Amino acid sequence: MTDTPIAHVNTARRSSLAGAFVPTKIYRSPQFGALIAAVGVYVFFAVVAGPNGFLTPAATAGWVNATAELALIAIPVGVLMISGEFDLSVGSVVGASSITVALGSTVLGLPLPLVIIAALGVGALTGLVNGLIVNATRLPSFIVTLASNFILLGLALGLSRVLAGVSTVSVTFDEPWSTLFASTFFDLNVTVVWCLVVGLVAYWVLAHTRMGSWIYATGGNLDGAIKAGVPTNRVRLTLFIASGLGAALVGVLQAGLYHSGNAVQGQGFVFQAPIVAVIGGVLLVGGYGSVQGIVLGAITYGVVSIGLFYTGWTSDWLSAFIGGLLIIAVLANDAIRKSALKSGGRTRAPRARTKEGL
Amino acid sequence: MSTAPIPVLELEHVGKSFGGTHALTDATIGVFAGEVHCLLGDNGAGKSTLIKVMSGIHQPTSGRVLIDGVETPLVSARFAQDRGIATVHQDVGMIPLMSVARNFFLGRELTRGRGPFRRIDMKRAREISLEHVRSMGIRRVHDADQMVGTLSGGERQALAIARAMYFGAKVLILDEPTSALGVKEASIVLKQIEVARSRGLGVVFITHNASHALAIGDRFTVLIQGRVAAAWTRGERSRNDVLDLMAGGEVVDDLFEKVTGEAAS
Ligand SMILES: Nc1ncnc2c1ncn2[C@@H]1O[C@H](COP(=O)(O)OP(=O)(O)OP(=O)(O)O)[C@@H](O)[C@H]1O
Ligand SMILES: [Mg+2]
Repeated sequence: MTDTPIAHVNTARRSSLAGAFVPTKIYRSPQFGALIAAVGVYVFFAVVAGPNGFLTPAATAGWVNATAELALIAIPVGVLMISGEFDLSVGSVVGASSITVALGSTVLGLPLPLVIIAALGVGALTGLVNGLIVNATRLPSFIVTLASNFILLGLALGLSRVLAGVSTVSVTFDEPWSTLFASTFFDLNVTVVWCLVVGLVAYWVLAHTRMGSWIYATGGNLDGAIKAGVPTNRVRLTLFIASGLGAALVGVLQAGLYHSGNAVQGQGFVFQAPIVAVIGGVLLVGGYGSVQGIVLGAITYGVVSIGLFYTGWTSDWLSAFIGGLLIIAVLANDAIRKSALKSGGRTRAPRARTKEGL
Repeated sequence: MSTAPIPVLELEHVGKSFGGTHALTDATIGVFAGEVHCLLGDNGAGKSTLIKVMSGIHQPTSGRVLIDGVETPLVSARFAQDRGIATVHQDVGMIPLMSVARNFFLGRELTRGRGPFRRIDMKRAREISLEHVRSMGIRRVHDADQMVGTLSGGERQALAIARAMYFGAKVLILDEPTSALGVKEASIVLKQIEVARSRGLGVVFITHNASHALAIGDRFTVLIQGRVAAAWTRGERSRNDVLDLMAGGEVVDDLFEKVTGEAAS
């Protein structure tokens, strides 16, 4: 009771090498598996597809662009998953957002900043509605957002046909909006910049703010979080809105970069986003994961999808490859989480039964 | 033993019924600073109901609640918490995949910086949580970044008790903290209770284990069917009397063997 423990702490920290090559802190972190996966697939395609040009600047820009777009959606979706909820409505939000921009600007002749705000509003509103329904009913968000994905897809398609007669509408961005949402430097889309900004903010929030602790607690033990006074409903609502906003931003960027809005584009993200999160070390049941991991998961996905193209094999193999990675990732995550729940310190003395989980 | 004149927390003639069930009838019980008050009684006797009234989870149907001698209706759990009444439930409510430091400060995080740069002060959170957990005698925890899931049941109880004390609890209510634990783990928790008492907290300790109660209790109250059947202070009753009362007044010579046997195992 009298001596201060601080001195012990530091020695304990330093000695936590566990006799292995990698410090325990690192291999038990949620992103460790994701790092291995990302480096692994990159090396694989560098060897297999390098001679066909996978290592060229153009190919590199290709996978970086793909990664950035995916990460912009997967980061908020993954953080939401850490809080214990899913968002499958992101697919339709991408399409609805892009068609909102195109319809508003081209068909209705509204100013670009207004339609961009409206498009982001579609995402925020979808997130708000998802969050309110999940909070009020406590139904599984998997089902709630699957339903809203279909509802929004139908609305966007229907509205687009009513207003324009088609589901794809072209659009051109003028300055300064084209720099912000439609520009490209050395083959790299402006999406990369947005992705860096969103990634840094999300990392900051999750790792360093009270909100971050609340997110982990909400997903890790809802009852305990509530008893500790964590505003779990507000946490969920905020993250659903963030997830809608991320997808809407991708919709705006796609409209700008590809000069068209399409109500049905984006459905691929419905499952890509959670897959990326899981490859990135996010636990399916929530409570564990990191933004670094999610970004590494997106890199893995981006490298695989572009790398396969450069191998010259048909892209038919992509799904099989990703599916295999997903299984490996789930197994690895499980092992890492179990290892994290083993003694964290330098303990060697046998302990009386340690309960895992609660 | 010094007897404080005014209890920090007192229930006076409290009744609580759920529809037709009288879970508590005319119960009077006082919790004094620096004392452990053991609440005993058979299953369904009303112990949990009583401490839920104490922690503001249930409002009594009749009677009064007094804090430091002043009538204070505990309108909600939060209200009771803000007045220093901390309850540690059996599942403790920790987040297993979160670190000791983050769990310790969950919901009441220390922050530094302003506006968007407001962040958790992890350095202080680590130092304070580790210091307080270790001062409870939990020496195995060396790293505040260690996940709570790596702690044993007794250590988690200790963490919850340390947290309650750090955040200024005056009354610590423990609902069967030792019932799911082995002998060694239970002794860890009993030690925590002793630490809490020595720091001047009033402790309410519910247990079915006579040895645990007799080892640490200063005051004892036995509930039978929602009524206070007996109340005494340490040393006023023999061990056999206590065991009889705990079993609801039945003769328990054989049970006595069983209980003491259990305590030794
Ligand atoms: N919310 C409730 N609604 C209806 N009846 C209740 C409620 N809570 C408790 N009771 C009843 O009140 C009585 C006392 O229950 P209580 O949980 O306080 O007993 P206990 O002494 O804690 O028992 P145990 O040792 O089994 O934990 C029981 O008959 C129980 O069924
Ligand atoms: Mg009970």
